[in-house]
Parts: sequence; C-alpha cells; structure tokens
Amino acid sequence: MTENLIGGSFPRIDGVEKVTGSATYAADMKLPGMLYARLLTSPHAHATIRGINTEKAKALYGVKAVLTGADLPYRVGLYMVDKPILADGKARYFGEPVAAVAATSEEIAEEAVKLIEVDYEPLEPVLDAKKALEADAPLVHPDLDSYECIRGVFCPKGGTNIANHFRLKKGDAEEAFTRCDKIIENEFYVPQVQHVPMETHTSIAHWRPKGNIEIWTSAQSPFAVRHLLSVALGMSQSMIRVVVPYLGGAFGGKAGIHLEPLVALLSKAAGYRPVRIVATREQEFMTLPCRQGLHARLKTGVNAEGRILSQEIEYIWDAGAYADYGVNIGRASGYSGAGPYEIDNVKMDSLTVYTTKPFGTAYRGFGHVELFWAVESQMDMVAQELKMDPVEFRMKNLLKPGATTITGEEITEYTGSVRKCLEEVAKEIKWGETCGETCGDGGARGRGETAPADAPSDVPSDGRHGSRSEGKVRAKGIAVLHKAPAMPPNTASSAIMKFNEDATVDLLVSGIDYGQGTATSLSQIAAHELKMPFERIHFIWNKDTDFSPYDWQTVASRFTVMGGLSIIKAAEDATRQIKDVAAEALNVKPDALEVKDGVVFVKEDPLLALDYTDVVMGYKFDNGNSIGGPVIGRGSYIAEGLTNLDPETGQGLPALNWTYGAHAVEIEVDTRTGDIEILKLVSAFDVGKVINEDLCRGQVIGGCVQGIGSAIHEQYIYDKAGRLLNPSLTDYKIPTVKDIPHEIMPIFVETPHDKGPFGARGVAEHPMISVPPAIANAIFNGTGVRIKELPLSPERVFLALNPGRSKP
Amino acid sequence: MHLINLTVNAEEVRIEVDDRWTLLYLLREVLALTGTKQGCGKGECGACTVLLAGRPVDSCLVLAREVDGCDIRTIEGEAAGGELSALQQAFIDEGAIQCGFCTPGMIMSARALLMRNPHPTQEEVEEAICGNLCRCTGYIPIVAAILSAARKESS
Ligand code: FES
Ligand code: FES
Repeated sequence: MTENLIGGSFPRIDGVEKVTGSATYAADMKLPGMLYARLLTSPHAHATIRGINTEKAKALYGVKAVLTGADLPYRVGLYMVDKPILADGKARYFGEPVAAVAATSEEIAEEAVKLIEVDYEPLEPVLDAKKALEADAPLVHPDLDSYECIRGVFCPKGGTNIANHFRLKKGDAEEAFTRCDKIIENEFYVPQVQHVPMETHTSIAHWRPKGNIEIWTSAQSPFAVRHLLSVALGMSQSMIRVVVPYLGGAFGGKAGIHLEPLVALLSKAAGYRPVRIVATREQEFMTLPCRQGLHARLKTGVNAEGRILSQEIEYIWDAGAYADYGVNIGRASGYSGAGPYEIDNVKMDSLTVYTTKPFGTAYRGFGHVELFWAVESQMDMVAQELKMDPVEFRMKNLLKPGATTITGEEITEYTGSVRKCLEEVAKEIKWGETCGETCGDGGARGRGETAPADAPSDVPSDGRHGSRSEGKVRAKGIAVLHKAPAMPPNTASSAIMKFNEDATVDLLVSGIDYGQGTATSLSQIAAHELKMPFERIHFIWNKDTDFSPYDWQTVASRFTVMGGLSIIKAAEDATRQIKDVAAEALNVKPDALEVKDGVVFVKEDPLLALDYTDVVMGYKFDNGNSIGGPVIGRGSYIAEGLTNLDPETGQGLPALNWTYGAHAVEIEVDTRTGDIEILKLVSAFDVGKVINEDLCRGQVIGGCVQGIGSAIHEQYIYDKAGRLLNPSLTDYKIPTVKDIPHEIMPIFVETPHDKGPFGARGVAEHPMISVPPAIANAIFNGTGVRIKELPLSPERVFLALNPGRSKP
Repeated sequence: MHLINLTVNAEEVRIEVDDRWTLLYLLREVLALTGTKQGCGKGECGACTVLLAGRPVDSCLVLAREVDGCDIRTIEGEAAGGELSALQQAFIDEGAIQCGFCTPGMIMSARALLMRNPHPTQEEVEEAICGNLCRCTGYIPIVAAILSAARKESS
C-alpha cells in the first residue's frame, strides 16, 4: 500500500526480530578464537601512578595480553584530544581504566586483573566544578595547553581547569538592568546522572595481520568511531571497518568513541586475535561516561509589565575528567541557554570545567535538560515576583515570528511555535482550574490549595490554606523548552537505494536506529518518494562503514530530517533513472511518464506501462538489445547556511532547525514523606509534521519517563575522596513501572519546517527536557516551597517542606 | 564440572556445567540462546528473565548446576511453531519495543503472569514487571501490550 505513508502509523520494522530474541546485539556475537577482556580501574579519584607490575597477570595461564597506559602513547578526543586510552601516569577519576587484560575466558581475565599491582600516590581530588575554578585548585590537566583542539571554536585555558569558555553577548545587559523594575537572581544545580542503557557498552575488535582493523560495537555513530580511531592511531580511515549491529539503548552515551580503541589494541597485542569487552554494570556507571553536572546562575531583569529586558547567565559545567562532548555541550547550551524567549540584552558565560569525576558526554537533550532546570524554574520565580500568572508571563516573552534569538537568528513562521505548545498543554491540564477532586478548596491557576502548616511562608500569592486531611497536596506546573541539533556547520548525511531483481529496494543509510524507530520512518519516506509499497523497502539494519554510505553521527534528533532529505534525493535519482530507461523502451519522453506501485507508465495512456522488474536491472528489447542497467539511487544532504559563532559575542547561525515544546503536570505531593506522584503529564511538541504517529508517541512517553528519572530519582553520589557510592541499579534507581505518571498525553503541533522532509523536525530528545522544572514549579504552586537542586527526591522534598526536620 | 539434564524450550539438553556458571551463562554462552540478555548480572534489571518450572527467575542469579532436571523456557520458545504468540504480536502492535534489549525479559515475565493469571488487572501487570527495567519505552505501552495480549489469549 502506498496510502498514508506519511503521518500514518506503521509498526516498527524491527519488531519481529526483537520479540523473538533473534535481534543480534554486539554481546551476542562470537568470532572464532575470540578472547575476553577485563579492565582494572582506578580506586582513586586523583592519583599519580608511580608504577604498575603486570608480571603475575601475564604469567597466568590463558592470558594473551596485558596493557597499561605506558604501552599506549595515544590520545583520543572528540573536540579536545585529552583522553588517554588507559590512564597514563595519572588517574583522573575513580573508575578510570588503568590496565586491561585479554584472556581465553572472562574468568581468567578477571583473575588476571586482580594480579596487577599498581603503585598510586593519591592527589587531592577536585570534586566541585565551582571550586575547580579557584586559583589554587589542583589541575586535572596540567598540560591542557598542549592538547589539540579546534581553536577558535573551543577556548581552553591553559593553567586552569577550564576546558572551554563560551561567551555570548547580545545588546547591553548591564545597561538594561538599570532600566528594570525588578531583578531576580537565583542559583540552581543539577548533579551528574547516567544514561543507563540496558545494554552496557560492548565492543569486539579484530586487528588483522595485514594491519587493518575490524570492529563490531555498540556505537551510535560508526563513521565517528572510524574517524576518531583513525586520528588517534594515525591510520587511514580505509583501514578501519566499523560495524554496528542492534543497539540496546544509547541516549547519547554511545555517541563518540569509547571502548573501541582499547579492544583494538588488545587484539593487536594478543597476536591478532579478536577480543570482546562487555562493560559490567558497575563499569557502565563509573568507567563509561555520564551526563555533566551543572551549576547555573541566572539574573533576570523585568519591567513592571512583565517583559524581560535583560538576562545574565552563568553556566558552570562539571565535565568530569575529560572533555568528550562536554565542551560542545557548553557551547550548544550556551547559544540556546536563555530558553525560547525574546530578550534583547543577554550576557552569557558557559564554562566547561574539568573535575576528577567520571566524565560527561552527550545525553538526550545535550545539556538542555540541565539548563532548562534553571531557566524554567527561574521563569516561574520571576512570574511569582511579578505576581503574574506563569503562563501569562511566558506568553509575554516567548519567541514569535519576527523576533530574534540570542545568537541573532530571525524567527519566521516556519521556525515552529512554542506559544502554541504552551497553549495546548495549558488547555489540556485545565490551567487556571482547580486540581482534581481531592484538591483543596479551589483557586486560580491550577494551583494546589493546601500548604503544610509548618512550610516556609513563601506560599504563592494566591495560595490559600486548605485541608491537610491526608497530608497530600495537589498542584499543577508548566515549563517550556526548545532545542536545535548541535552539530558542526558542515554536517552531512547520505543514502543509497539499490534495486533488486524483484523490484524491491535495499535502503542503505548510516544513521543508527537504537530504538527511536527512525528505520521505520525513513522506510516510510523512501516508499512515499518512490511511490512504492512500504513492504518493498528493505531497510538494511546493520551499519557497516565498508558498505554503508557516510553519515556524520546519529545524535541530536537530526536523523529523520537529514537522513530523510538524503532519501528524498536518492529516490529522485532512482526514479529519474527508471524513467530514462522506460522512456527509451516505450519510445516516449521521460517527462511523459509517471510511476506508481512499482510500475512506470505513460501519463496519457496508462496501459502503456512497464513493471519495475523489467526496468530496474536494465531493459531488454525483444531482439535482445538491452539498455540501462541496475538502478542505484544516490542522495546526500549537507546542512547549508550554518556558521561558526563569533568567539566574543556568540552571534551566528548555529542550528538547522529548532523544535519547541511544553509540558504541564498535575502532581500530588505527600507532605509526610516527600513523595511525588505524577497524576498527569501533558507534553506538546511542534514537530512540523508527524511522519509516524505511534513512533512519535513512543519517543514522547519514553522521553518523559526518562525526564522523570532526572527529576526525581537519579544522581551520582560520591564520598569525600571522590569515590562513586552508587554504581549499581540498586543504589542508582531509574524509574520502574511503578514510578510512571498515571497518564502521559503527547500532543503534536504541526507548523511545517521549510527545510525538513514534509516539514518535519526531530523530536527524540525533547520530551526529556523541562520535565524537572515543570514538576518543581508544581511543587512550589502547591506548597510554596521552591527547590533549586535536583533530584526532587522524597528526602529533598521532605526536608524542604519540613526545614529543621530529619527524614522520618 | 557437573553433568546435568534439563529441558530448554521443550528440547532435552544433557551437558557438563562448570560449578561457577550461571544459568544465564549456560544459555547464552554455551547453548547459544542469546535472546536472553544480560543487563547487570546481579539480579537488578530483569533482562535475563526466563521461566524455571513456569516461574520467572533472573537467570543470572541461578547456578547452572541447580537446574538439573528442570524445565526452562526462554524467549526463543515463545513463538511456537515459528508463529508469534499473541503476547509478542501485542508488543509490536502497542509500540512496547524500542531498543528491544529489555523485551525478551519483559515478555518472559509477562508470560509467567498470563500462565498463572490469564485475566490480570493493570496493577497485577505492573506488579509482574516491576523487576524488569526498561529505559526506552516509559512502560506505558508495555503494560498496554500485556493487557491486550491477555484479552486476546483468553478469548
Ligand atoms: S542480568 Fe540478571 S537481573 Fe540483570
Ligand atoms: S526497549 Fe530499550 S530497554 Fe526496553
């Protein structure tokens, strides 16, 4: 069928493989002669490594290779080439790999790891990003100045812990503050959290005697792994093959490069035998990357009418030991760091700061979950100060066509509408009406009406005390959000459509579908553009840099857009080839032809037609003469018109498209325990055009629940020495089925994007953003208590509601 | 090493197992039934759930030598005769799968529930899968899939 290909709901094409257990993930693979690797990790957050003795480990039967930092004179890095493959002379975080073993079984490798002796001299840890900025803070990277990086785009400061300093200046914030009626300043904090994909990082590498490397890995971006590895090892990209099978969740944590270089080098050291590593869950937490922490300070100046005149923003990102994506998050969240508001005067400093903790990387939202915690909490606090309704206050300030963003980009009618998103969620949550039945005695703005008698007295202006009968308070909260894909200005995608003899089509792209459903949406786009039935599109699942066309990376919710545009071009190319051959065969002009359902026919005389099976491998005339040949459609797309940002002012055009959204929640706070129950979560996104509604809904529901994880449950906890105390699923809780809202309602607004395929925009990351502040705003609306640190755990909420008490 | 006999997905298996092997290790690494996943190896995630005598267990916590004489059922046994079960079909139809890594364990927990309780309530479904973590779907479609499969299988 070719009806409703765009906008309908097609079940995901990977469904059968996944429900039968036949989908093959990296850890399900075995190669002949494969060895198993294990890591020795640092027990110190910061220490000099004086020596490592590997003799006993090497002597163990079955051990084929033991490596330490001294064996590996390489550094890897996405933007800042700062990370050794194994700690080199110094351990920079608790959990950092210090040595690695490859052996004939996992048990032997594990045993060998225990036999490695390391002589550490502990150094003072750097555990707080703000303190890391002090003049006498120990340096995490004393050699920062000597590292390679893209200078001009990133600005590290040698002799400090600053990996990057992004600056933005629009108008004159200082002057504008003098004209403000009210100035509100607050600080906020977000701790480090983790992606927690259910599949831990897994890589298999085979260094071949010829000098080439083959890798099967749980990575989001095969071409990025290939590129970064080629740079790190100084070899040609054509010598490296990276294959990505099914991927068990990623969320940004498998973007970039992680265990691949190490297993490749272990394979070489073990005499060219393939080596597999599967990170343990503990290592997933403490050794592999997490999400950066954030200290935020916002100073907002408004006039009496409620317009924001000026804003000063400071973001201090706790990058951990290595910069990885952190420096780019500092930059990307800098240019969108004031939220979707029209503000003429902005001064922003976004600093990415090294500490001796596990390092941060991309995580769904790319900094925006963190910064919107600050922005959207602050906006409610400003509204409160103005005694204005938070929706009304936002409506006065949100971007609309004709406005300019803080980097000087003009908003048009195609940009998308955050206002509409906010309107929709406000309507659906019945903003301004009393909460559900058990709520107190009514009142405006959807505010809960009961406050605990001993709560601090900063109750919302119109809050009234109601019954405390069961110690439960109901209230509503809202928050908005935006995000654009963070990518270099020259980001590219490509697609190949290869016809088979039976006129089915192999669709090759290199973006990875790690659950988002992109493979299905892109197959829909391909079928639609080729005017062929969906069933005839054969999406090639495994990505293989030897065979798949180039793609930059599967990150930033950009793949439906950029992959989709490449596919549209590939389909045009293939259709043109088909028409050219058919035109000659039917003796008409190509533009007299039309295609549909795998048939090419003359528009004026549809009976004059050829089936694709007669065309796509070449057409044979009755006398045997043949024309054409196998049809291969080719399409590529590169982001056009993007610019680097001015290093002083941050002005420029950084983003392909913005996706806007808004959440509204209704919650119940148990004032006796600090527990929060989410009764309803309404989330609207301006996706431009829904390509597959079920898949979009799936992204929203899953993303919202991940947002609830960040909001209520998750955080890294350290002891004073910088040792991670909760590297397990028991001590680091992610939401279970018992922690989800009673109801999640996704709403899709469709303001077409002029450049997206069918007007579509990405929406994979956005649902997670701004869930935490929507909940915190509801807590405030219900209880008058403002919490400025995440997570909103029962303990924190209880203590905030009952100052001076300890948790019952 | 220890010689044990068991049935796995209705097939008889006779095998020497190491004392340290878990049932998960036996299934995945020795019997090549890799549909069962390892998410933690410590009984914290449910990805390795299989049915042991009809009851759901974390196979990473069971020693292989303890399953001597037992009946084991894994995800590979769910599609009888190559035909998807109503439960599997419901997972696809309801959008209960994203990355799919939790899916085999989820389906086995759900299967165990439907075997002992063909008409579960929503609360009972939630109870049955509360030890199975999923980071992708937000659970709502999974609960819907299990309830819908229950309706189909019992009608
Ligand atoms: S692998 Fe068994 S419970 Fe996680
Ligand atoms: S679908 Fe990915 S963990 Fe459940």
